[in-house]
Amino acid sequence: MSQKIDQDHRRFRDIVRGKIKQNLKKYITQGEMVGKKGKDLVSIPLPQIDIPHFRYGQKQQGGVAQGDGNPGDAMGQGEPQPGEGKAGDRPGDHLLEVELSMEELAAILGEELRLPRIEPKGREKIVAKKDRYTGIRPTGPEALRHFRRTYKQALRRQIAMGTYNPKAPKVVPVREDRRYRSWRTDPLPQSNAVIIYMMDVSGSMGDEQKEIVRIESFWIDTWLRSQYQGIDSRYIIHDAMAKEVDRDTFFRTRESGGTMISSAYKLCAAMIDAEYPPSEWNIYPFHFSDGDNWSVDDTVTCVDLLRKQILPRVNQFAYGQVESPYGSGQFIKDLDEHFDDDDNLVTSEIKGKDAIIDSIRDFLGKGK
Amino acid sequence: MSVREPLPHYLAEWQQKIEEVARRYGLDFFPINYEVLDYKTMNEVAAYGGFPTRYPHWRFGMDYEGLSKGYEYGLQKIYEMVINTDPAYAYLLEGNSMVDQKTVMAHVCGHVDFFKNNYFFSKTNRRMIDGMANHATRVRRHIERQGIEKVETFIDTCLSLDNLIDPMSQYIVRRAPPPREGDEPPEEAEVPKLRSKQYMDKYINPPEFLDKQREKLKAEKERAKKFPEQAERDVLLFLIEHAPLERWERDILEIIRDEAYYFAPQAATKIMNEGWASYWHSKLLTMHVLDASEIIDYADHASGILATAEGQLNPYKLGIELFRDIEERWDRGAFGKEWEECDDLAARKNWDRRLGLGRKKIFEVRKLYSDVTFIDEFFTEDFCRTHKFFSFGFNDRSGNWEIESREFKKVKNKLLFQLTNRGQPFIFVEDGNFENRSELLIKHKHEGIDLKVDYARDTLGNLARVWKRPVNLLTRMDGKGKVLRFDGKDHSERAADYK
Repeated sequence: MSQKIDQDHRRFRDIVRGKIKQNLKKYITQGEMVGKKGKDLVSIPLPQIDIPHFRYGQKQQGGVAQGDGNPGDAMGQGEPQPGEGKAGDRPGDHLLEVELSMEELAAILGEELRLPRIEPKGREKIVAKKDRYTGIRPTGPEALRHFRRTYKQALRRQIAMGTYNPKAPKVVPVREDRRYRSWRTDPLPQSNAVIIYMMDVSGSMGDEQKEIVRIESFWIDTWLRSQYQGIDSRYIIHDAMAKEVDRDTFFRTRESGGTMISSAYKLCAAMIDAEYPPSEWNIYPFHFSDGDNWSVDDTVTCVDLLRKQILPRVNQFAYGQVESPYGSGQFIKDLDEHFDDDDNLVTSEIKGKDAIIDSIRDFLGKGK
Repeated sequence: MSVREPLPHYLAEWQQKIEEVARRYGLDFFPINYEVLDYKTMNEVAAYGGFPTRYPHWRFGMDYEGLSKGYEYGLQKIYEMVINTDPAYAYLLEGNSMVDQKTVMAHVCGHVDFFKNNYFFSKTNRRMIDGMANHATRVRRHIERQGIEKVETFIDTCLSLDNLIDPMSQYIVRRAPPPREGDEPPEEAEVPKLRSKQYMDKYINPPEFLDKQREKLKAEKERAKKFPEQAERDVLLFLIEHAPLERWERDILEIIRDEAYYFAPQAATKIMNEGWASYWHSKLLTMHVLDASEIIDYADHASGILATAEGQLNPYKLGIELFRDIEERWDRGAFGKEWEECDDLAARKNWDRRLGLGRKKIFEVRKLYSDVTFIDEFFTEDFCRTHKFFSFGFNDRSGNWEIESREFKKVKNKLLFQLTNRGQPFIFVEDGNFENRSELLIKHKHEGIDLKVDYARDTLGNLARVWKRPVNLLTRMDGKGKVLRFDGKDHSERAADYK
C-alpha cells in the first residue's frame, strides 16, 4: 500500500545518500539502534539529520537520572543523547553490523564517486553447487537413513495399530517406516575475485602513510565486495624482501631497511601463477609505496615483471603513491613513462588524507 | 481521516466501561475517537506527530524510518498515541493483546483529561487536525509554484529557528497594546516644574536639576525609538513582522511558528502529563478493569513502561511517583509549616493527620502546574533520596559520563535547569537596526552555560537567510563577551561587552 509518508521518506533517503540537498550533508549523523538477531547483537544503522538550533553543549550541561552508584562513578553507557554514545564499548557486547549497512555504504560510495559498476571479465560466472540437508523423505540411500526419525515413525505406526505394549517396549521398523535425509542443491556463486594488496613497509613509510593505505584499502575492499559475490584478499609486505602476511600484520608492521619493489611483484606474480588462473579469476593487485625504489635496475625489473607477467593476467593493476618526507617519489614517474598507453595500469598520487577520495576514484573509476 | 471505520464491537464495549469508571473518579475528558491502525499506518501517523496529514517534509520520513526499523527488528512499538483536539483522536495498534488495548484506553483517558483541564493547554487550537491539514495545503501550493527544493530548503531554515518562540506569551501580556485610534497622541513632554512664585523659581526648580531631567526624558524617548522597544523573546514573530520576506516565505514562517506554539505546552508538561496518565491507567486497570488472568501481563508491560534505563530520566516514572507522593502526603497531612519545621525522623515517619486530601490535591495540581513548577514545588528532599536521584556530568579528564552528586539542592537545580525553557537557551531580539545598518542583533541570555558554538554559527547563518541582512549574536563564551557575526558570506567574531 502506498502511503503519504513515502514521499517524505524517499526524500530523506536521497538526502542521506547525498543525491539532493548537499547543504544538509554535514548534519547527518550515523546513529544506530542495537537489536538482537539470534544470539548476536546487531547494529541497525539509523542515520539522522540534526537541524542546527541555538542550544547548549551537551557535555557542559549534564543531566539528572535515577539509580545506584556513588559520586565519581562512571555511568556505563550513560550518554543520554542518541547517536553520540559509542555502542559496544562494554565487555560482553558482541556487535555485528547488519549486512545492509555495508551494502548501503558501498552504494553510497558508488554514487558519491560516480563509480561505474564493474563488468567482470568476459566469461561465464563461475557457480559451484552445494548440497544442503533440508528435510526428510521416505526413500533414499541407506547411508542417509535417519535413525531416530525411523524409529519414531515405527512407534507411531505401532501405537496407531494397537500393537505397541508399553510394558514390553519393542519397536521394530518395517520398510515403510524408514526415513532418509533429503537435500537440496543450491547454486553457490564461487568467489571469483581476488584483491592482492602490496605495501612498502620500508623505513620511510611512517604511521601517517600507513593510515592512508589502511583507509584507502578499506574503501576499495568495500566497493569490490559489493561488486563480486565472494572475494579473496591477500596481503604482501615488502622492504628489500617480500612476504605474505595476514591482514592484521599488513597494517601494523613497520620494518626498516631498503626497498626493492620487484620482490613484491615477483611474489605477486608467483601467487597468481600458483593459485589464481586468470581464466577463472578477476584479479586486482594494489600496490602502495612512497615511490622510493632501491635502484634504477630494480625499477627496470619491476617494469619487466609488470609487462610480461602481471598486466596480461589482471583486470587492473593499481599503484598508489603516498607522499612521504623521505621518499624521492620517482617510481610513479617511471611507471607513467613506461605504461603511458596501457589502461590496465592506473597510478595515483595520494598527497594526504584529503586526497584519498580522489585516489579511490582514480583506481575504481574505470569500471574494470 | 478520510475513511473512518467504527471501532470493533468488543473494543467499543471496553471503551465505554473504562470511561465510565474514569468519570466516576472525576476525570473529565473530551469525547475520544479511537481508531485501530496497522503498524505501518501507525508509524506513519506517529511520524507525523499524531496527525493524519502534515506538510511534506523529509524529517517526517526520517522519523518514519526510525519507527519502522525499530518495529521490524522488534525493538520498540508504539502502544499509544493521542492528539490534543476536541474531540480527541487516539490510536490503537491492530493485533495488540486485549490487556494492551485496555491499558491504552485507560492511559488515553488520563491524557485527554489533562489536555482538557491543564491551564497550559487552555490556549491551544482544539481543531488542530484541520489546522495541520490546512498548513499542508498551503505548503503544497507553495511547492507547486516555487518548486520543492526552494520551499523545502526554506522550511529547513525556519525549523532551525523554531525554538525561538516565547511559550509564555500566550498567557501574559508582554507588549503594551498599540495606541487606539482616537487616543490623543502623547503630548510633547515638558520637564515638570514645581509651582513657585517667579522670584523663587530658580531656587525651587534649579536649572541644573531641570537639565538633568531633560536629559532623562531624552534618553527615554531614545529608547522608545529603539526597535524593538523591549527585547523581543518571540524571535519568529519579530521576523514575520519585520523581515523582508516574500509572501510565500512569510506564510511558511507563520506555519512553522504556529505549529511550534501548538506543541510547546506538550513539551512543557511532559512529565506531568505522562505521570498523570500512568497514574490513572494503573489505578483504573488494577482496581476495576482487569481480571485475574490479565494482571501478570499487565504488570509485565507496566514494568517496561516505568523502567529507568541507566543514566536516563523516565518521565513516566518520575511523573507517576510524584503524583503518588503528593497524594500520600496530602492524605496524611504531611505538608505545611508544622511539617516543614518538624525534624524528628520518627515523628515524620508516623505523621498522620488523617486529612484525606490527596485526591483533591492531585486534581488541583494537574490543573495549575507545568513541569517546572511541579518539580519546583513537589520534588522534595525525601523524594529525591527515596528514588535515588543523582546529577551527572561529563568528566573531561576521564572522558566518561560520571555521577556528579546526590546532594538534593544540586540535583534539583539541574533538573529545573533542564526543564526551564525546555533546557534551551534564552534568545532575544535586541536590535533590529543594529549600528544603524539594519542588521539584526540578537542576544543570548547567559545562564551559566555557553552555547554550542558550531551550531550557533550555523543557526546564525539560517537567521541571516531570513533576515536577508547581516546578523549578530551577542553571547558570552568562556566568561568573555562576544559578538558572532554572519554577513551572508563569512562568519566573524569579536570581543564585546556583555551585560
